[in-house]
Amino acid sequence: MIGRVVVGLLVGFMTLPTAVVVVASFNPTAILSFPPEGLSLRWYENALTYAQFQRAAVNSVIVTGASALLALPIGTAAALALVRRPLRARGFWSAMLLSPLIIPGVAIGLGFLILAARFGLLANRAVLIAAHTVLVLPFVIRSVAVSVANLDPELERAAASLGARPRRVFRRVTLPLLRPGLFAAVLFAVIVSVNEFVVSLFVSTRVTEILPVAMFTYVVNYTDPTMAALSTLFIGATLIAVLLTDRLLGLSRILHIGDDR
Amino acid sequence: MTAKTVVALEGVEKAYGSLRALAGIDLGVIEGELLALLGPSGCGKTTTLNVVAGFVQPDRGRVRIDGADVTARPAWQRGLGVVFQSYALFPHMTVAENVAFGLRERGADRAEIVQSVTDALALVRLDGVATLRPGQLSGGMQQRAALARALVIRPRVLLLDEPLAALDRKLREEMRTELKEIQRAVGITTLFVTHDQHEALGLSDRIAVMNAGRIEQLGTPREVYERPATRFVADFIGASTVLEARALEARAVEIAGGLRIDVRLPRPLVPGEHVRLLIRPERVELGEGADTLAALVIGVMYLGDHTEVRVELSSGVRLLATVRAAPPLGPGDPIGVRLPADAFLEIA
Repeated sequence: MIGRVVVGLLVGFMTLPTAVVVVASFNPTAILSFPPEGLSLRWYENALTYAQFQRAAVNSVIVTGASALLALPIGTAAALALVRRPLRARGFWSAMLLSPLIIPGVAIGLGFLILAARFGLLANRAVLIAAHTVLVLPFVIRSVAVSVANLDPELERAAASLGARPRRVFRRVTLPLLRPGLFAAVLFAVIVSVNEFVVSLFVSTRVTEILPVAMFTYVVNYTDPTMAALSTLFIGATLIAVLLTDRLLGLSRILHIGDDR
Repeated sequence: MTAKTVVALEGVEKAYGSLRALAGIDLGVIEGELLALLGPSGCGKTTTLNVVAGFVQPDRGRVRIDGADVTARPAWQRGLGVVFQSYALFPHMTVAENVAFGLRERGADRAEIVQSVTDALALVRLDGVATLRPGQLSGGMQQRAALARALVIRPRVLLLDEPLAALDRKLREEMRTELKEIQRAVGITTLFVTHDQHEALGLSDRIAVMNAGRIEQLGTPREVYERPATRFVADFIGASTVLEARALEARAVEIAGGLRIDVRLPRPLVPGEHVRLLIRPERVELGEGADTLAALVIGVMYLGDHTEVRVELSSGVRLLATVRAAPPLGPGDPIGVRLPADAFLEIA
C-alpha cells in the first residue's frame, strides 16, 4: 500500500513539469500562469506561424538529419573497431570517442566557436552539424557496440567459408545482424540532437539556430504561453516518433530491454 | 595402392603471445578418409582446423590442398565446407536461405539453387522445415541444417569443429551414426575436431591425438587404443594403469614392492633396464587362484553394463579393473588379481 503511494508520488513528480506545460499551453491569457483561466489555441497558432520558429524547425531537421547520417557510419566503424580489433590502447580510444558525454557542453561549444571563428564559418550550418555529430557519436557507438558484442564472429567465418568475400560478408551477415543496434543508434542520435541546446547556442546565429535555441531566445524576450504550446507540440512529436518506432520495430527490442532474442 | 593426400600441413606453427598453440604440425589427410583431431581443450586441435579453413594465419609452415600452397589464400577462396560447434546458422535467414548462401555467393542460377538446396536438405533428412528460421529448430535439426549448408557447395574437404558437442547424449549417438553414413555416401574427405574419445574411435578412419600443440600419435582407432605411442595417448584414450618396472629377464619384470610379473612384449627385455608398462582395465582379471596377486578392494563403481573396481596390491601399487558382472564387493575386501602376461604394453 505504502509502496503504491510512493510509486504514485514518484510518477506524479516525474510527469508534473510536462503536465504543467501542456495545461499552460491552452491558457488564453498572455501570461504564463498556472492554473489556466480558460481554453484557447491562439498560442499554438502563434507558435506555428512565428517565422523564426519555422526557420529554426527547418534548421533542426537539417542539422539532426545530417549529423545522424554522418554519425551512423562513423560510429558503426568505431564500434566494430573497439569491440573486434585487437587495439593496443583500447581504453584510450574508447575514452576519447565517448568523451563528449562527460566534457561540459560549454567547453565543446566554446571550442567549436573558436574554430568556427578561425575559419570564418560562424554563419554556416556546417559547424552545427559537425558539433552535433560529435555529440551524438558516443550514443551511436554505445548502441552499435552492444550489437557488435552480441554478434557471434563464427557467423562471419561461416559466411567466408561459404565463399563470401569480406564486403559480401559485411552486407549479407554483419549489417543485417547489427540492425537493432543501428535503429537504436539513430533513435538516440535524433533525440539527443533535437534536444541539444548548450553547444548549439555557442555556434548558432539567428539564421542557423535550431529550435531549442530559438525557443530559449523567445523565452528571454517574451513570456506568453507560445513557448508552452511549442513545447507541447515537441512532446507530442516525440511521443508519436517513439510510438511509431515501437509499433514498427519493437522499441524494447531495440533498447535491449528484457529478452533480446 | 597410392592414397592421395588432399590436405597437407607442413611444419605449421602458431603462437598467441607467449602461448604456443601449435608447435609444429605435420599432417596429411587422405582422399575420402575421416580423420579426427582428438585432444583435451587447449591442445591446438581447433587452431589446426582454423588454419586449414583459413580463419587463422600460421606463423610458420604451409597448408596445401591438393598439392597447391593455400597458406596465403583467404577462407572465402578455399572452397572448404565448415560446420561449427555453435552451428553458426544465420539467424536472420530461413533454413533454405542458409543452405543457399554459398550457392548464391558462387553466382549459381535460381533453378540450380532450388534443386541443390532441396537435395542437400533431403541428404541430411531435413525436409519440411526449409521456410523456418534456425531459432525455430531443435539442436539436432540445426546440426543437420549446418551440415547441409556446408555440403551443398560440394567442398573439397569437410571440416567439423566438435559438431556433436552441443547435443544431448542420446541424440549425439544417433547423429554420430548418421554423420558417418552421410560422410560415406558423399565420400568427402573430412577433418573432424573432438575432445570425445568415443566419438573419435567410433567415427574415424584415423585419429591424430594432439597434446600441447603437437601430434602425439597418428593412427587408426585400433592402433591408438591398442598400441598407444606415449603415456599421454594411453591416459587420454581409454582408462589405463601405468606401471614403472625394472626388467629381471627377457620376459619378466619387477614392479614396486618387489613383485615379479611375467610379461610378453614384442621385444625381449634387457635385464636391469627400466620399462614403463601399461595395462587396460578390461585386461585386469579379478578372482581366486594360485597365480593371483593378493590385493584389497579400495573402490567400486557400478556403471550398468560394467563395474569399475580399484584395487591396491600388497606393495601399494594401485590398479584399475573393469568387470562385466558385478561381484558383490566393497572397499576393504581382499581379492586376487591376475595380470596376464600378454596384457601389457610398453609405452614411452
